[in-house]
Amino acid sequence: MSREEIIKITNDFLVEEIEVDPGVINANASFKDDLGIDSLDFVDIVVIVEKKFGFKIKAEEMSGVTTLGGFYDYIESKMNNR
Amino acid sequence: MAKRVVITGMGIYSCIGKNLNDVKESLYLGKSGIGIDEVRKEIGFRSPLTGILEIPQLKGKLDRRMRTGLAEEGEFAYMATLEAFENAGIDIEYLEKNEVGILYGNDSSAKAVIEANNIIEEKRDTTLLGSSAIFQAMNSTVTMNLAVIFKLKGINFTISAACASGSHAIGLGYMFIKNGLQNMILCGGAQEINFYSMGSFDALSAFSVRVDEPTKASRPFDRDRDGLVPSGGAASLILEDYDHAIERGANIIAEVVGYGFSSNGGHISQPNDHGSYTAMLRAMEDAGMKPSDIDYINAHATSTPLGDQYEAMAINKVYGEKCPLVSSTKSMTGHECWMAGASEVVYSTIMMQNSFVAPNINFENPDEHSAKLNIATKTIDKNIDVFLSNSFGFGGTNSALVVKKTKTK
Repeated sequence: MSREEIIKITNDFLVEEIEVDPGVINANASFKDDLGIDSLDFVDIVVIVEKKFGFKIKAEEMSGVTTLGGFYDYIESKMNNR
Repeated sequence: MAKRVVITGMGIYSCIGKNLNDVKESLYLGKSGIGIDEVRKEIGFRSPLTGILEIPQLKGKLDRRMRTGLAEEGEFAYMATLEAFENAGIDIEYLEKNEVGILYGNDSSAKAVIEANNIIEEKRDTTLLGSSAIFQAMNSTVTMNLAVIFKLKGINFTISAACASGSHAIGLGYMFIKNGLQNMILCGGAQEINFYSMGSFDALSAFSVRVDEPTKASRPFDRDRDGLVPSGGAASLILEDYDHAIERGANIIAEVVGYGFSSNGGHISQPNDHGSYTAMLRAMEDAGMKPSDIDYINAHATSTPLGDQYEAMAINKVYGEKCPLVSSTKSMTGHECWMAGASEVVYSTIMMQNSFVAPNINFENPDEHSAKLNIATKTIDKNIDVFLSNSFGFGGTNSALVVKKTKTK
């Protein structure tokens, strides 16, 4: 899966399922402050990522991820190492 | 000094109408909301009969976090409550600045529990349930979600009392306000309508199997009744301290004047006449009324052979030959279970506001007990000043409420 596909799928589910405002989506956006994603939303993102990408997010691997760009990187690395 | 407790808003989402106006029309016309759920036939239900009710579409009306915690019965309750607060002239700004409580009847959230368990079984991983499963699955799902959505800051808990849940919720709301502890409480009852919630009830062979005539299946007090028809939805009422209502210029709809309760201390599912008799007497005593003051009784009667028989015996014991008009609106709605005690106060109050008694449809032939009652077989245009509403549940829990037209000071 290309990075462009990962970005598209991720942005689409953030808008459609997490109902993030499309206007605030960019690679530098902070999960918490810009996208408004809280700990409960993240529980749902784990479920969605498993459905869309076929792997389960591990909290400890996400500890340094604070921006959307970092999240694309994380998904890309997981997809490339399968 | 005890406070007077009035109803200043109502909302309803039921199989005979999704708002007060539509429900008023159905009640007047004696329109049934009962039909067949084909899925129940396929999955082994003894009876596929049910109230037919559309699930509200809340996407776009409520933001995601508030919406996803609502189980089906919570969605119904949200719709009923929107109408009730609007009817009471209460907006979100008022709710943010004032202390309003919630006491709501609910006694299951089976679909949410079963669907979550199905995911665990399939995935073998609870973290794949998502964040909302817990908020949908708990019995208090309605009160926990509505308290967040409507920013409620007063008393907040769920009443689980089987098919008397909604009635006890109003009774408790009445007591909190009467005793000066709260001046406004959202009361009501909610009932999921999906098949998950009714399989174990169907197992008792308590449901009607008159599948060739769905709208004639629920026939409380009729000699040929063969069981109840499960149904669902939600009903909300805004209970308010009379002085508070006057002060804010609210439209006062009716006054709750009596709450009576009892427990049979007997069989888990089979009723008796003594407990319901006690509840009715206590409600009238609390209201300072005698049997002849009651103009209309909204019976609990669900269309089961034994339940209706014992209620008829109890009503006869209280009212004797001077029986007020009696009808069971379950003849049209089916048995709205956890919601019924609240919805039937809404139905009866609509009748009181519009001066008619809704019919006990499908009452064609009495049995020896119902023959002693004054059952409204068709719509009767009549002034109602006071009504009594009965609700009884498994385990022998009984609740009776007396409501009257409000006379301002």
